Amino acid sequence: MTATLTTGATSPAPLTELARDESALRRFLHGLPGVDQVGAEGRAAGLATRSIKTTSKAWAIDTAIRMVDLTTLEGADTAGKVRSLCAKAMRPDPADPSVPAVAAVCVYPDLVATAVQALRGSGVQIASVATAFPSGRASLPTKLVDVAEAVAAGASEIDMVIDRGAFLAGHYGEVFAEIVAVKQACGNAHLKVILETGELVTLDNVRRASWLALLAGGDFIKTSTGKVSPAATPPVALVMLQAVRDFAARTGQVRGVKLAGGIRTAKEAVRYLVMINEVAGERWLHPQTFRFGASSLLNDLLLQRHKLSTGAYDGPDYVTVD
Amino acid sequence: MPTKPAAAKTKPAGKKTAESDRVAVRKTYKLYIGGAFPRSESGRSYPVSSPDGRLLAHAAQASRKDLREAVVAARKAFGGWSRATAYNRGQILYRIAEMMEGRREQFAAEVAAADGAAIGPALAEVDAAIDRWVWYAGWTDKWAQIAGGSNPVAGPYFNFSLPEPAGVVGVIAPQDSALLAFVSVVAPALATGNSVVVVAAADKPLPAVSLSEAMATSDLPGGVLNLLTGSVSELAPWLASHRDVNCLDLTGVAPPERVALAEAAADNVKRVYAPSPADLAQGFTGEPGTARLAAFTETKTVWHPMGV
Amino acid sequence: MSKLFEYAPAPESPSIARLKPHYGIFVDGTFRAGRGEAVKTVNPATEEPLAEVAEASAADVDDAVAAARAASEPWAGLPGSVRAKYLFRIARAIQERARELAVLESLDNGKPIRESRDVDVPTAAAHFFYYAGWADKLGYAGFGPNPRPIGVAGQVIPWNFPLLMAAWKIAPALATGNTVVLKPAETTPLTAITLAEIIAECDLPPGVVNVLPGGPAVGQAIVDHPGVDKIAFTGSTAVGKMIQKSVAASGKRLSLELGGKAANIVFDDAALDQAVEGIVNGIFFNQGHVCCAGSRLLVQESIHDEFVAALHDRLATLRLGDPLDKNTDIGAINSAAQLARIRELADSGVAEGADRWSPECALPERGFWFPPTVFTGVSPATRIAREEIFGPVLSVLTFRTPGEAIEKANNTPYGLSAGIWTEKGSRILWMANRLRAGVVWANTFNRFDPTSPFGGYKESGFGREGGRHGLEAYLAH
Repeated sequence: MTATLTTGATSPAPLTELARDESALRRFLHGLPGVDQVGAEGRAAGLATRSIKTTSKAWAIDTAIRMVDLTTLEGADTAGKVRSLCAKAMRPDPADPSVPAVAAVCVYPDLVATAVQALRGSGVQIASVATAFPSGRASLPTKLVDVAEAVAAGASEIDMVIDRGAFLAGHYGEVFAEIVAVKQACGNAHLKVILETGELVTLDNVRRASWLALLAGGDFIKTSTGKVSPAATPPVALVMLQAVRDFAARTGQVRGVKLAGGIRTAKEAVRYLVMINEVAGERWLHPQTFRFGASSLLNDLLLQRHKLSTGAYDGPDYVTVD
Repeated sequence: MPTKPAAAKTKPAGKKTAESDRVAVRKTYKLYIGGAFPRSESGRSYPVSSPDGRLLAHAAQASRKDLREAVVAARKAFGGWSRATAYNRGQILYRIAEMMEGRREQFAAEVAAADGAAIGPALAEVDAAIDRWVWYAGWTDKWAQIAGGSNPVAGPYFNFSLPEPAGVVGVIAPQDSALLAFVSVVAPALATGNSVVVVAAADKPLPAVSLSEAMATSDLPGGVLNLLTGSVSELAPWLASHRDVNCLDLTGVAPPERVALAEAAADNVKRVYAPSPADLAQGFTGEPGTARLAAFTETKTVWHPMGV
Repeated sequence: MSKLFEYAPAPESPSIARLKPHYGIFVDGTFRAGRGEAVKTVNPATEEPLAEVAEASAADVDDAVAAARAASEPWAGLPGSVRAKYLFRIARAIQERARELAVLESLDNGKPIRESRDVDVPTAAAHFFYYAGWADKLGYAGFGPNPRPIGVAGQVIPWNFPLLMAAWKIAPALATGNTVVLKPAETTPLTAITLAEIIAECDLPPGVVNVLPGGPAVGQAIVDHPGVDKIAFTGSTAVGKMIQKSVAASGKRLSLELGGKAANIVFDDAALDQAVEGIVNGIFFNQGHVCCAGSRLLVQESIHDEFVAALHDRLATLRLGDPLDKNTDIGAINSAAQLARIRELADSGVAEGADRWSPECALPERGFWFPPTVFTGVSPATRIAREEIFGPVLSVLTFRTPGEAIEKANNTPYGLSAGIWTEKGSRILWMANRLRAGVVWANTFNRFDPTSPFGGYKESGFGREGGRHGLEAYLAH
C-alpha cells in the first residue's frame, strides 16, 4: 500500500458518513481503543532511554533544525521583531552556513505580510495562527475572517485552534464542522489543527481529538498553542504519532504531527525523533510531516551542534538572540 | 539587655575551651517554613538559655502570621509528598537520618547545653533520636500492609481498605525535651505521608532548628515540615483553630491547657491526638508502637464488582 | 528498522566493571580460593572468558555452614534495629556502586545494560532497603508478637537475575535473624561475589553471609547438609522437585520458586497499543529468561490478525546485539546449553505444525543468540504450548469467551503468573479471581517491587518472596 502525502486533504471515502452524522462520529471516536495512561507513559519513558551519539546525533540535530517552525506569538511583537526572527530562520548561525534553514516562521496574522517580505525567495514557509488564537472563543464567521486575512497576506500554512469547550461538552459535530470550514477558507494553504492537549487532559481525549481532526481534513495535528501548560509531552506525542500511523494504515493518507510548547532542549527534540522513528516510522522523519513549534529550542540545537563539532561545551554568547 | 558572661557563650559545660583566641561565627536560629529559613515576620526574637542561666542564642519568636504562612506551605507541599511513592518517602527520611548522623556532635552539644547535661547522656539521646528516626523511615512502605488489606465482603465485589495521610498535621512538641521527643512526634506524621507544622519546645528549641537544617539538605521537599519557635501559649490557639489544619497533636500541652485547644479544634472536626500522662510517663525511649502512625491516617475503602 | 535514522553505537565501557582476573569464595567474612575446580566464567555475548572463579568444594561447604551456624545465635540475638542498620548500609552501598554492578551483570549474564541498569540493580537495592525496615518491626508482621528466625538458610539461585535473586534471598533472611550460605549459578557468579565484597565493607559480622560459587554438586551439598535448617531454591521445576524429594525426610523448611508458562490474555477491548507493549515486554524482557514470562499469548479470536500484525510491527523495532550497547533491547542467551534447549523447542514448534516468524535480525558471529520468535497457529497440545522454553519465543493461541480463556490459562501444571488486558475493571477482577497463578498482572506485566509478594501455585513452587508475606519463609513456626 503506498501512502501519499496530501495537502488539501478531505475525509477519506469509507469514513465520510461520519461527517454527516454526529452520533456516528461519536460512536466511531468512542469505539477507538482506549489508552492506558501508565502503559503509555512507560513506553514514552522507555523510548527516552535511547542513547543517540556521534553521527546519529549530528543527523538528528540537523533534522530537528529543519523541522522547526520558529515562532513569535506575543502581544508585544513588532515588524522589527518579526524581521529579525526571519533572518534567523533563514540563517540560524551567521558564522556557519552549513546549518540548515528552519521549516517555517510562525506569527500572528497581522504580521504575515512582514514575514512574507522578509522571507521572499528563501524556501522558508510562513505559518500564521488564526481562528481567535489562542482561546478560540469567537464566532465562526470571525474565525473565518481571521483565516482569510492571513491567507490573503501570504501565509502558506494556517495553525487553527479547535473549540475545546465544544469538544469537552461532546459536541463533536460542531468541532468537526469548524475544521472543515477553516480548511475550505485555507485555499491552498495547509492546515494544522491545534488540539490544546493540555486542556483535553486525558490521553483518550487526545486520541479522539486527533482522529476527529484528521477525519475533518487537517493536514497536521498539533499539540498546543504554547500558552497553556502542560503542552507537548512524550505520552501525548506518542498517542498523536500512533493516530497518524493508524490513519495512514487505514486510509493511505499521510498526515503530519506538530509538537509545540515546552520543548526547549536539543535532548528533548532528539528524543521525539527517536519516538517518531520507532512508533510511526520513517515517513514522519521529514519537515513535510513533522514539526517542532519552538523559539528557544533552536538555540539549544545550535549549541549542541557546536559541541559535536568542537568537542567543548558552549555558552549563550555564541548563539544569537533573534 | 541580658549581660553576656565572660566565658565563650556557645560552648556547653564540660567541653574544653579552645586555647586559641579564634572568634566563633555564631549561628542565627531562624524559622523553617516552605523549605526556607526566614526570621519571624514580626521581627521578634527571644533569648534561649541553658538551665544554669547561660545565654545560648536568640531564637526567632514566631507570630500567628508565621503560623499562617507555615500552614499554607504545608498544604502546598502535601500533594506532592502524599503522592510520592512510599519508597521515595522512605529514602528521603533515611537520608535525613544520614544527615543527622553527620551532625551527631553538633546535636549533642546543643542538647547538652539545653539540658545542662554532660556530653555523654546528650550523645545517648542523640543516638536514640537518630535510631528512632530510622525506625520510622522503615515504616513508609509497610504501613499500608499492616493498616490496609482486602475485606471479604459477602457479594461479588472486590473490596479493599487503604490507609491515606490525613493532610496537614499541627504538632505542639513536648516542652521538656530538646530532640528525642521532637523526633518522636514529628517522624510518624511524616512517615505516613502527612505534612507538618510543629511548634518546638519553647525553652529548648535549638536542636529542632538544627534538625530542620538537616532536613533542608536531604531532598525533603520544602513545606513538608515547617518549624515554628516561640511562645507555645501564643501560637497553640492559632494552630488549634486553623481550618486548614486536619489534625492536632497536643502531646506537648499539659492536660489542663488542652481543653480549650481541643474545643477550638472541633470547629473543623480536626483529628486530635492527646496521649495521656500515663502514656507519656515512659518517655520516648523503647519501642514507639503504631499509635502515632494510626493517629494521622485516614482509611479509604473501595468497592468494585467482579464480573465478565 | 529505519535506515534514515540509524543509531550509532552507544557502548558502556566494560572497564567500569573493574573485572578481576580471579574471584574466590566468601566464607566467615573473608575471601579465599575455593578448593573446588577453577572455572572460567564467560561473556555469553562474545564467548570470551571474563575471569577465573575458584569454586567451592564439599569441605568449603562444611566451613561455610559452620561459620553460618556460629554466627547464627549472635546475629539473631542482636536487636532488630541493629540488623536493620546493616541492611540499610548494604542497600545504600549497592546504590553507590550501581553502575559498576550493572556493567558486571551484563558482562556475566548477557542481558542488556539498560535492563541491568534500570531494573536489576535498583530493584536489588530496594529489596535490601525494604527488608531493612522489617528487621525491627517483626512483631507487627502478623506472625506473633516475637517471631524467631529458623537458623541457617541454604540458598541456591539461578542465572537469570543473578544480583537481584541474591538480594531476594539474603535480605529477608538477614532481616529476620537468619544466617545464610548462598550459591550463585555456575554461569553467573560475579555479581554475587561483588555483593559479598559490599557486605564485607559494610562490616557485617563474619559468617552471617557466605557465598559459594559452584555447580550442581555444591548446590546438592548445601541442600543435603545437616547443618542447614532451611532451603530456599529458585530455578527449574525439575531441579526443584529433586530438592523437595531430598529434604523430605530431613525436617528442613523449604521454599521453592520454579518455572512457569504464563498466559498473557488479551481481550478485544484492551488498550491495544499498551497491550502490544505488554506482550512484547512479557516475553522478550530479559530474553525471555524469566520464570514468570508471558510465554503464551491468549488473544481473543476476533482481534487475532490485527493484534499479531501490530505485534510483528513492534518486534521489527527491537534491537538485538551487544549487551553493553545502551540501545540494545535483546541481549545474549546465557549459555550454549540454554541456546541448544531453546533451539530444540523452537524446532519442535515447527515440527508440530505451528507457523514460525521472526523479524529480520542480524545475529552476531560469536556468542549465544536467538532472535525474538513468534509462533502462531499453536494448538494447546504441543510442546511449545506446554513446556517452559525460557527464551525469546512466544506461542500464540486464541480464545472466544472469558471462561475459555480461564480454562486454557489454567490448563498447565504451572501457576506462577498471568496477564489480563482489558479496559473493563470488573472483568479484570473476575479473571484475577479465577486464574490459578500467584501473580496476576492486569494491563501491565513483569512489574516487581520489594513490597509485592511473588511466588507460584502448583508446580511453580510454594512460598512468597517480597512483601510482608516474604518474611514467613524465614521465621520459625
